[in-house]
Amino acid sequence: MNVFTKIIDNGVNTEALIQAREALTQAPEAAQFTWRASCDWVNGTHCRSAVEGFFGLGEEQAHHKSFTFDADHPEVFAAEDQGATPVEYVLVGLASCLTAGVASVAQYRNIQLNSVRAIIEGDMDIQGILGVDPDVRNGYEGIRVRFEIDADASKEDIEALVAQSQKRSAVFDIITNPTAISVEVH
Amino acid sequence: MKRTTAIVIGAGQAGLAASHCLARRGIDHVILERGEVANSWRHERWDSLRLLTPNWQCRLPGKQYAGPDPEGFMPVSGLVRFLDEYAATCQAPIHCGVTVSGVSATTDGYRLQTSAGPWACRSLIIATGPCNRALVPACASGLPNTVHSLTAHQYRNPGQLPEGGVLVVGAAASGIQIADELQRSGRQVYLSTGEHVRMPRRYRGRDILWWMDRIGLLDETWRDVDDITRARRLPSSQLIGTEQGNTLDLNALTGSGVELLGRLSGVRDGEALFSGSLNNVCKLADLKAGRLLRAVDQWLAECGDNAQYPPPEDLPPTVTPARARLSLPLDTGEIRTVLWACGYHPDFSWLDLPVLDRKGMMIHDGGVTPLPGLYVLGLPFLRRRKSSFIYGASNDAEDICTHLAGYLAGTGSNRAAARCA
Repeated sequence: MNVFTKIIDNGVNTEALIQAREALTQAPEAAQFTWRASCDWVNGTHCRSAVEGFFGLGEEQAHHKSFTFDADHPEVFAAEDQGATPVEYVLVGLASCLTAGVASVAQYRNIQLNSVRAIIEGDMDIQGILGVDPDVRNGYEGIRVRFEIDADASKEDIEALVAQSQKRSAVFDIITNPTAISVEVH
Repeated sequence: MKRTTAIVIGAGQAGLAASHCLARRGIDHVILERGEVANSWRHERWDSLRLLTPNWQCRLPGKQYAGPDPEGFMPVSGLVRFLDEYAATCQAPIHCGVTVSGVSATTDGYRLQTSAGPWACRSLIIATGPCNRALVPACASGLPNTVHSLTAHQYRNPGQLPEGGVLVVGAAASGIQIADELQRSGRQVYLSTGEHVRMPRRYRGRDILWWMDRIGLLDETWRDVDDITRARRLPSSQLIGTEQGNTLDLNALTGSGVELLGRLSGVRDGEALFSGSLNNVCKLADLKAGRLLRAVDQWLAECGDNAQYPPPEDLPPTVTPARARLSLPLDTGEIRTVLWACGYHPDFSWLDLPVLDRKGMMIHDGGVTPLPGLYVLGLPFLRRRKSSFIYGASNDAEDICTHLAGYLAGTGSNRAAARCA
């Protein structure tokens, strides 16, 4: 007989997430969020982006503080390497989203995590961005994620955590499906 | 105005089963049917279709499959015959060719506007089926007009389609079966695959549905599962009923030359675009199918005679293309047809009653709606996992008619609701 006597704690408040899901099912308009970032050019290919406020639950919201992100390109691109490249930020976004998803799903499924590490790689043929070959796309040709997970669970259960975190991941969806983008100049 | 105690709308398996249960309780009623008995089966399915449930599961209150092959899968014509025979034993009149165009609540029941004039009743069972409308994604409007487009609802046989490649969108039971048939007809088929439910036809010497019945999975009720909304939305299992009893999964389709693609995510500039999530949806389905087989093994280990059956097996993983295509040109003539097999929705738009949610789906608790005396039957996982199977309609109809009889007698739990309304 299985009785959960052990307290599972991955630091995720699933109770609150489940309550939020129920509340938003009743009031889908509150589920409409808008995320924002601003980006200032510094010099060369060095830019500094900031993330502060967002809209959700029917009103303006704010992070506890403003977060900033320096982006640049490495020296092999004849740049000053003042920050990660934008395409690396994309990998960071995907890895963070999937890893957070693993933690949340594990908490919900009563699985204690001991350590989780995602190693992510994206392959890119830069003939695309350099305009050398019009048949080569600018973006990644493929992205690989490798998870190293130590958890009190079977191999199948851990695989299921990882599969479920992709199923519910916003960034996974953003990368795997097309998104319409509008850009204006003021 | 014609008046009776109860009206059943729809003369498919669910409506006919309900009629049988009402008659046994001595409740006066009629069945109103827009077309003929088993209308959807007769007119809205493709020619080669066989049931994906074994013949022994063709069972309704007072009638059971009695043919020579209980483990076989009957063609749709066999089911139509079965339902025709069943309808002939109905004590209540079946008014065929009567379309109900509106239902409103009255002080003591319901008033129906129909093509044969108004009807009034105290209690109403809606059994119009789950497959009235084939779903087509919004991006379908972006298809080049040189591409032929049809739904699984409209599909009858390969001869209906022009020669040339076919993009089948959707990999539930309809999608995989039609993809297989079209590939065999000599056309190159591309199958766009989102989340799906993989299932081997047979396991450890028995049909998988026999096991699911045996270990109690198909009898799980809507109150047993964690998330009934999700369970009701689940695509139909990748099963096919054939004379050979073979499995038709994505690996089998790949083996016959079908090319797997991710979920269709858009149509842009004459190209169909596919999600990069193919590996994940296949992995999810493999894991879930594995859990089903382990549940069978565990049941056998605990309460069955393990040695009586062949040993446990693992399903081979679904093989996906090393690099699945993310786009397919639709304007080069290679793809001549897009076939939409994206699922079906019931159509309750004719119902002027406050029992529909914002998506037009019926609000109900195991078939009992918030309106006193109003019931729905024949929807997926209505009361049990097997609700969408023929024999599932049996149990559901019994339960609903018991509730309905209680309501008429003034003892049902809906009585309180009736007073509040």
